[in-house]
Amino acid sequence: MTTAEESMLRANAIGTPLTRLDGTEKVTGTAPYAVEHPVDSPAHLHPLQAAIALGRATGIDTSAAEAEPGVLAVLTHANAPRLASTGNGELEILQSGEVGYRGQFLGGVIAETPEIARRAADLIRVHYERYEHDVELRADRDDLYKPEQVNPAFDTDTAQGDADGALASAAVTLDATYSTPMEHNNPMEPHATIACWTDGELTLHDSTQGVYWTQAAVAPLFELDQQQVRVISPHVGGGFGSKGIPHPNVVLAAMAARLVPGRPVKFPLTRQQMFSVVGYRTPTIQHVRLGADEQGRLSAITLDVVEQTAKVKEFAEQTAIPTRTMYAAPHRRTSHRLAALDTPVPTWMRAPGECPGMFGPEVAMDEMALACGLDPIEFRVRNEPETDPESGLPFSSRNLVACLREGARRFGWHDRDPRPGTRRHGEWLVGTGVAASTYPVFAMPGSQATIRATPDGRYAVRIGAVDIGTGTWTALTQIAADALEVSVGEVDLEIGSTTLPTASGAGGSSGINSWGSPIVAAARTLRARLDEHGGTVPAEGVEATEGMPDNPHTSQYAMHSFGAQFAEVWVNADTGEVSVPRLLGIFAAGRIINARTGRSQLLGGMTMGLSMALHEESVLDPRFGHVVNHDLAEYHIATNADVGSLEVDWLDEHDPYVNPMGSKGIGELGITGTAAAITNAAYHATGIRVRELPLHPDKFLR
Amino acid sequence: MRLSFTVNGRQCEADDVWEGESLLYVLRERLGLPGSKNACEQGECGSCTVYLDGVPACACLVAAGQAAGREVGTVEGLAEGDGLGAVQESFVEAGAVQCGFCTPGLLVATDDLVNRVPHPSDAEIRESLAGNLCRCTGYEKIMDAVRLAADRRASSEASRSGKTDA
Amino acid sequence: MIPFDYQRADRADGAVAAVGVRPAAAFLGGGTNLVDHLKLGVAEPELLVDVTRLPFDGIDTLPDGGVRVGATVRNSDLAAEAIVRQRYPVLSQALLSGASGQLRNLATTGGNLLQRTRCPYFQDVTTPCNKREPGQGCSARGGYTRYHAILGASEHCVATHPSDMAVALTALDATVHVTGPNGQRDIPVTELHRLPGDEPHRDTVLEHGDLITAVDLPELPMAARSRYRKVRDRASYAFALVSVAAALDVEDGTVREARIALGGVAHKPWRANTAEQALRGAPATEQSFREAAEAELAEAQPVRDNAFKVPMARNTLVATLRDLAGEEAR
Repeated sequence: MTTAEESMLRANAIGTPLTRLDGTEKVTGTAPYAVEHPVDSPAHLHPLQAAIALGRATGIDTSAAEAEPGVLAVLTHANAPRLASTGNGELEILQSGEVGYRGQFLGGVIAETPEIARRAADLIRVHYERYEHDVELRADRDDLYKPEQVNPAFDTDTAQGDADGALASAAVTLDATYSTPMEHNNPMEPHATIACWTDGELTLHDSTQGVYWTQAAVAPLFELDQQQVRVISPHVGGGFGSKGIPHPNVVLAAMAARLVPGRPVKFPLTRQQMFSVVGYRTPTIQHVRLGADEQGRLSAITLDVVEQTAKVKEFAEQTAIPTRTMYAAPHRRTSHRLAALDTPVPTWMRAPGECPGMFGPEVAMDEMALACGLDPIEFRVRNEPETDPESGLPFSSRNLVACLREGARRFGWHDRDPRPGTRRHGEWLVGTGVAASTYPVFAMPGSQATIRATPDGRYAVRIGAVDIGTGTWTALTQIAADALEVSVGEVDLEIGSTTLPTASGAGGSSGINSWGSPIVAAARTLRARLDEHGGTVPAEGVEATEGMPDNPHTSQYAMHSFGAQFAEVWVNADTGEVSVPRLLGIFAAGRIINARTGRSQLLGGMTMGLSMALHEESVLDPRFGHVVNHDLAEYHIATNADVGSLEVDWLDEHDPYVNPMGSKGIGELGITGTAAAITNAAYHATGIRVRELPLHPDKFLR
Repeated sequence: MRLSFTVNGRQCEADDVWEGESLLYVLRERLGLPGSKNACEQGECGSCTVYLDGVPACACLVAAGQAAGREVGTVEGLAEGDGLGAVQESFVEAGAVQCGFCTPGLLVATDDLVNRVPHPSDAEIRESLAGNLCRCTGYEKIMDAVRLAADRRASSEASRSGKTDA
Repeated sequence: MIPFDYQRADRADGAVAAVGVRPAAAFLGGGTNLVDHLKLGVAEPELLVDVTRLPFDGIDTLPDGGVRVGATVRNSDLAAEAIVRQRYPVLSQALLSGASGQLRNLATTGGNLLQRTRCPYFQDVTTPCNKREPGQGCSARGGYTRYHAILGASEHCVATHPSDMAVALTALDATVHVTGPNGQRDIPVTELHRLPGDEPHRDTVLEHGDLITAVDLPELPMAARSRYRKVRDRASYAFALVSVAAALDVEDGTVREARIALGGVAHKPWRANTAEQALRGAPATEQSFREAAEAELAEAQPVRDNAFKVPMARNTLVATLRDLAGEEAR
């Protein structure tokens, strides 16, 4: 039996800043995204969306639309294919006239051009019976419920010791409520699909984070075998979770294509449509209570979270999860409660759980440090746990303190005056803040990789993985090269299709772990077989296929990455405008496979965190049930001009237990804690403690 | 209508064009140039940025009829000879590309910037490119790419003028 | 989007005639607002007359020392024009604070003045709006009103005008040249835009078929020291929460003259006459600036989400005047 150390891959290509292998295609505009795949005589779909939040379409008059020249078919629940009941109320659209949220698909027009489809869709008249809808999340609702578990399969509530008792007797206490608003993923490429039926089988060119995830969701709806649905997705223009599991747009495209068999139907969503049909991050209300002794040692931590889900399908964001791991305290409690509303279905958005869950508690840690008279770094160090606080398991590696210390050194934290509102640069109030980052190490089951060596010295590596911009093409090539002990130039990677061996999707920062591990296993088997051939490749080639190996350490260790983020924030004393001239993130996330793409992932995560801190807020109008600011002019994401000096680095972290690459996944780590660091810095600048994101200028006006 | 205009230096004709459809649609669907991306169709993201008579513009907001007789340049026209253009090369090298969907528009906007401003300051770069939203990179590597492209553009200008002097 | 006809105009009279005779015809300028509205279904013209190639693309000095800006001059060109940057910096700054480079390269002087509100209920044909369809009701009242008016609104409409350029032109007392079915006329820019009253569908005093041909900037030496300050939720590429266009003439510590307009606070660029009046002859001090700002905003009536605009407008005006006075002192 080999030890963890012995099974670790020797790094050669891994760790180098290999230039992105799909870079040339992308800078020349030739990388094909979903609807850009060349297809013969495509038809175009424009959807019909519900203009009420709850009720029933009692009549849909499609006559004017059908009469438009160029219209091929009009789809409604009257002629839609019957779907099998799979218990997924989000995807089972057009089975009746029932409306469960505003913007829900009621049908669509298939036409020769997108303009005709759009125009004809406008001509459809819908008569509704309206029911009274309910779309407002409040913590004081009397119908909050406890979900059976939270995403993906965590306990809803946890408790240890006597938190209430410990809080009652604590020398220093904090009791505060924090909130994060509804946010939308908004990848730059809108969700898009080409659907085509031929001989009873369905082909989807889809912008997805998981070709097999899409297949698994779509096939049973249409009562097809998995292999009768082919999903192709070599390049994806971002996803951040919303392209993880398919949304109703994929089903609508497949339904529409059924009406024009043999013709591919193109269905790119508009930006506005994305705000009602492809998911969002739930708003969260986070009630934090902390108790500590005079030395600043935490005796109690509680976090009670209230958030929303949709009546048509449950999604329970795991917001309290990081609190179960971050700091030591003998008495602790976490809980999640949901309001089921007549809204679209929330979904994964970059670091679901950890991202909102590292806002409230990390601001609370700042407040508590001040209350204890301690520097916020020292306060965190004092409450560093020796083992995972809830499970008691040792950490496979945990370098939060090292990140805090290294970040403090690099940021120039040592001479920081803790008093708020005392530094000024012209009309700007200046402050600095810190917060921690964390993200779990997830491994998805089920992936397989096939590697084929041919006598020409090439190694074809095949796996149905995807690249949503993270760098999969490049990183998996590096891993395969090192596992095969060849150069990256000898590896031909194929990903992005269900014609390749089965694979999990890009989610939970698990891609490299879940795809890289079977690639390493297949490479090792292949090399053993090559050895049997005396090291030469026979004319017919040699092939090996391996699945995701079991990792015995998973049950023995708590596996998480950590980091520390530092922010300098300027707040305009006159106008309240908030600017972030400086952000530094120091992370410990195992071995970084590709320094170039990896750095960009972390930088991008922090910038999305900055965007969350300063800008992002989907405003739901309770009277109509829709997101009012449903475009990129009104839903602000950070522009280049919002970003200042942005620096990322990582510690060399050796972790032989997580997987053979020693890597932990970095797609989501960077966004966790950023908003808290910025909020803490804004407090330091102004003395105004904001507990509700985003940090809009009006919150700092005096 | 028959739309006649110049695309990447070549005279182009497209038939049966409705004047009200967007220039972006004409480029992507009628001329087979999918490089320019449609990410908002409202001028709110910059992914469709093309040169229109020499200045960057959002192709999604230009009615096809308005493009008649004008010169359009897209990402497909940034290559130099058989290889990548300096701006394209800089983006690949600096790691400024992630999902790649904002990239074509950014390349056109960057090409324009480094042509207009020999040594742009960081503040100039950030403001000049504020109309090109990117959701992946955090802009930092884009900044590196623009600085790199500006340096290369400036030094190639210098060597060219050097040759002229000689 | 309905299938409209498209014509390109070579002459102003032809354009006016073409639009004038068809009630559902409209002029098409840079398209940055109208083309969007076509897609959204907010505008449903039967005919668009493209006026971007009319010969109104000059920026010329007038005999009286003013400057005439043609209606088809691009926002980016106007912002970059040396005479504008030197003599009317407030205008250049306002232009550069609007939208993005790609949009400023398309947008025209005439079109920018005629931008329609960004009220999200106006832009969404599934929510009632009196501006889009009179009599439907105002969804903004009782709804999301962060970007809405605090001055001069009516029960029918609480929308704001989104242009930055128009705020600067308002402070500068520019004049708008119009040619229409009934001939030519000049309109002070301060009288071009309307308050909503009970006709919120009318943004301006222009009649159907009226075409803006040019904007005159008057000779105004004090405008050489002028400033545009825009406060927004994002550092760039965002509409104003509030903005201030101001020019200040101070002598020996006393304000001789002030020109002030506010953006983001009303259905039109808001000329701050009350504040200007309060400042004339007052000492150029923080206290005078604050009193003038408070006088201007005394009648403010915020709605659900925008009470913050009162202190924000006050503080931004004070800060802008303070900066200008400081500049003067140097």
